[in-house]
Amino acid sequence: MIAKMLDRSEVIHIARLARLNLDEGEIERTAIELSGILDHVERISELDLEGVEPTAHAVATRGELRPDIQGASLSRDQALAEAPVTDGVGFIVPSPGA
Amino acid sequence: MSNDPTALTAASSAALVKSGELDASDLFEAWLGRAELDTFGALSWIAQAGESPEQVDGPLGGVPLAVKDLFCTEGVPSQSGSKILEGYKPPYTASVVEALAKSGAPLLCKTHQDEFAMGSSNENCAFGPVLNPWDKSRVPGGSSGGSAVAVAAGLAPWALGTDTGGSIRQPAALCGIVGLKPTYGSVSRYGMIAFASSLDQAGPLTQDVTDAALLFSQMIARDPRDATSVGHQESIHLPDRRDLTGVRLGVPEELSGDGIEPGVRATFEETLERARELGAEVVPCPLPHAPHALSAYYLIAPAECSSNLARFDGVRYGQRVDPGDGLDAMYSATRAAGFGPEVRRRIMLGTYALSSGYYDAYYGRAQRVRTLIQRDFDEAFANCDAIVTPTSSSVAFPLGSRTADPLSMYLSDFCTVPMSLAGIPAISIPNGMSEGLPTGFQIAGPAFAENSILGIAHALESSIQFDRSGARV
Amino acid sequence: MTDWEAVIGLEIHVQLATQTKMFCSCSPVFGDDPNTHTCPVCLGLPGALPVANAQAVHLGLMIGLALGCSLASQSVFHRKNYFYADSPKGYQISQFDQPLCGPGNLAGVRIHRVHLEDDAAKLIHASESGRIAGADSSTVDFNRAGTPLAEIVTEPDLHSAAQAREWLALLRTTLRTLGVSDVSMDEGSLRCDANISLRRVGDQTLGTKTELKNMNSFRFVERGIEAEIIRQRELLDSGQTVTQETLHFDPRSGSLTTLRSKEEAHDYRYFPEPDLLPVEVTEAMIASARDALPELPIERAARYVSELQIDDVLAERLAGDAELAEFFDAVVEAADKSIEARVLATWVSDDAAGRAGDDGLLASKLEPAALAELVALVDDGSITTAAGRTVLDQLFEVGGSPAAIVSDQGLGKVDGGDELEAAVDAAIAAEPEAAEKVRAGEQKALGPLVGVVMKHTSGRADGGEVRKLLLERLGS
Repeated sequence: MIAKMLDRSEVIHIARLARLNLDEGEIERTAIELSGILDHVERISELDLEGVEPTAHAVATRGELRPDIQGASLSRDQALAEAPVTDGVGFIVPSPGA
Repeated sequence: MSNDPTALTAASSAALVKSGELDASDLFEAWLGRAELDTFGALSWIAQAGESPEQVDGPLGGVPLAVKDLFCTEGVPSQSGSKILEGYKPPYTASVVEALAKSGAPLLCKTHQDEFAMGSSNENCAFGPVLNPWDKSRVPGGSSGGSAVAVAAGLAPWALGTDTGGSIRQPAALCGIVGLKPTYGSVSRYGMIAFASSLDQAGPLTQDVTDAALLFSQMIARDPRDATSVGHQESIHLPDRRDLTGVRLGVPEELSGDGIEPGVRATFEETLERARELGAEVVPCPLPHAPHALSAYYLIAPAECSSNLARFDGVRYGQRVDPGDGLDAMYSATRAAGFGPEVRRRIMLGTYALSSGYYDAYYGRAQRVRTLIQRDFDEAFANCDAIVTPTSSSVAFPLGSRTADPLSMYLSDFCTVPMSLAGIPAISIPNGMSEGLPTGFQIAGPAFAENSILGIAHALESSIQFDRSGARV
Repeated sequence: MTDWEAVIGLEIHVQLATQTKMFCSCSPVFGDDPNTHTCPVCLGLPGALPVANAQAVHLGLMIGLALGCSLASQSVFHRKNYFYADSPKGYQISQFDQPLCGPGNLAGVRIHRVHLEDDAAKLIHASESGRIAGADSSTVDFNRAGTPLAEIVTEPDLHSAAQAREWLALLRTTLRTLGVSDVSMDEGSLRCDANISLRRVGDQTLGTKTELKNMNSFRFVERGIEAEIIRQRELLDSGQTVTQETLHFDPRSGSLTTLRSKEEAHDYRYFPEPDLLPVEVTEAMIASARDALPELPIERAARYVSELQIDDVLAERLAGDAELAEFFDAVVEAADKSIEARVLATWVSDDAAGRAGDDGLLASKLEPAALAELVALVDDGSITTAAGRTVLDQLFEVGGSPAAIVSDQGLGKVDGGDELEAAVDAAIAAEPEAAEKVRAGEQKALGPLVGVVMKHTSGRADGGEVRKLLLERLGS
């Protein structure tokens, strides 16, 4: 496994993927903090995991499916009630192309 | 008996209501009065006086409930401790809150927490820290710190919290109360604002073990709205165990040796001695991969959270910051302003752990470690009935003492995280004092063995006779 | 100049015809008022959780079986993480390395996989919603969010735009026959993307591919792919290289524009959806999907060939149109068993379908039993083929019984006798030059004479008999 310092460009890339604005100070700080945490969590690279299956859920059972029966929907007013910006019909967002 | 019904445990109050000696509306009003005494920053919302809810004739007897902020409650602020959800009122109520109301535990108040349940001190709350009622200069633990303080200080008779890596057990320990993290899947997560989906589980924070059993007995259900919920294999009964004859308690050196404060260790040893006196056999019980649990946890939980928190984008609810430079700029500005530093840190960590080229090394690997940890527990339970450890390696620490170093804060979850990864139930009970502050004793059992660990906890509790009056306002 | 071979793979998104959305119990209706079919789950509200729709899994298994796919015994949903205004949760719930259905084949085109996922919301851009042009905002409608989709991915086994269109048409007919989807490209319940690359004829390795997104009609699929093949060929012929990118085909201008370059490719951070457990595909679920399968177009065509002795081309044409095939089956069912099925097939495919046009046979007044009766009248010589077509026109317009139409309108065959002889004499008189040539032994010249007879008898005369009579009269 990779034991290394995250560099600026990686932090910026991750912040972009996560849609988080970071200022210069935060980029620096995040690089140091994440490197420290990764340095610790990378101890699991010491383990021999050959042939070990991953566990996604601890109490494993098969997924129950839902019958295809309609239930109640929200009214439009309910759906839009908490929207930061709405025209009463839909949710208004800044144009993706802008 | 005392004329003050709020001096009773929840189970005792419920019994009095059912026998007709106590009026449920009076009980509700009395607890409203108690909730008003919050000087710890524990409560985020309190029900209106004079508007006590319709009485339900259920097993919980009308004893009202404090509920962690992250449970959605229709028309009531549900903010998960985050600025991005400030004032957010959901159009629906979480399944477990709904179920408890139907069983006779109406909503009394909501409690502050670490933002999106990420934290071990309650200092990561957008609405200010919660203070420990034993010593207001110290943290109450987290992330369910508000719920723990509400019960410890007597602001509420019992409370609902959630535990992802220790968020019920650790604050229970630091506040001198009982906290149960149930088997993953036994309680519906529908309506719980998610932190890490494969780990989050709701559970009770209560004055004693009997209250925990009573509240939990009404929480378990297979919920058709939560595909990961399975309900429970047996119904939960109120514990009456007084001795531990024939019980084998396993002590993992990995979680009870190095790194545990001497004072905490001393109370742990005392409790082990009590267990032996009660007839238990105490045996060593290795969990060889437990030291790696924290690493696996701090990859899995942030990875899941990075995805779970993607929905907070300023479009359908919550805060929006729009610099007027298009959609992506709005997203990035909204999320940077809405999330606190710890949440941003974990989103970054989790995004990194899932990003192209790193999945196998981080998330994939952590899930394999999870398998090893689960196997450790399987093998351990072949040899003992329950595993016991200190709940937290330390007593409540001073406010601000760990905020500068995220890793030291993460290490607070050292003893509780392995059980979370394995999905097994674990309870923390107060087991004494160190430096004038309570310590916690953790009892973990195999999946769905809640009755068993509640019984053991009850026997020890009866022997320990912890005095929690020091925290009551 | 180099000979290039186009290599084309398709990705088809099909909205499944369920009562509720993929992961919640809202109705997935098309065209209702915006944001009237939402709930905490499909709006991505905090705390809401998905639960997979059993019927969507059932329909997915039916598609898998119809396409000859191997079915997973355990199938896993993954999260595909990306931010966009059409994504309520910040991720789509899709499938990654354990899709519901694995490799299969339809008409020689290998199927790579079939998986289930939830659809995105609909973004209405300011200009479309009628607000001031140039406004810098869009409106989001979450009605479509969460609609169940099956994504069908082929291997790159197609080699021309026309072939891609033809195969897509077969796939659509197959899906329509299965009843798993409305398969309307107009309404977006069938959407097609294409991966296109070129390589030198004979090469085994694939060239750099581009992805052509969201072509919303069969015509545009063909035109878009054709345009992209030409674009790539021109690049390669002039010594340039193809860049891996995602393109959009504008059917109005016929131009291709870049949506996304490879550098901008998403990092989707797929991981197993922790809110859902793996779907265990049981024997019972497979059996129930199998029981629900109707006869598929390919099977139907094979049956027409083997049981009804219809030739391949005609069989495929009939079976390739579910409505036509059903009509044909009903005609065969109603017809006298002495009539050969391929005669019926020609009547259905050429005469009836030809008249039906875009509205389809079912919209006409023609009943399968009436067509069967009409063919019987032609077959036993009661009327001529030409008269039969006249009757068919009537059946199309007003319906009714062929026998009644024949007798009402006097369309019965002219059998020898005075009427025919008079018509022959009249023809000889009308075309003296042609008659002279026939007398001189030039048989070709019979044509115009027969034509005149047919005209006089409104096509009710038998051609052979007319010729025989003409030759007798002209003493040749």
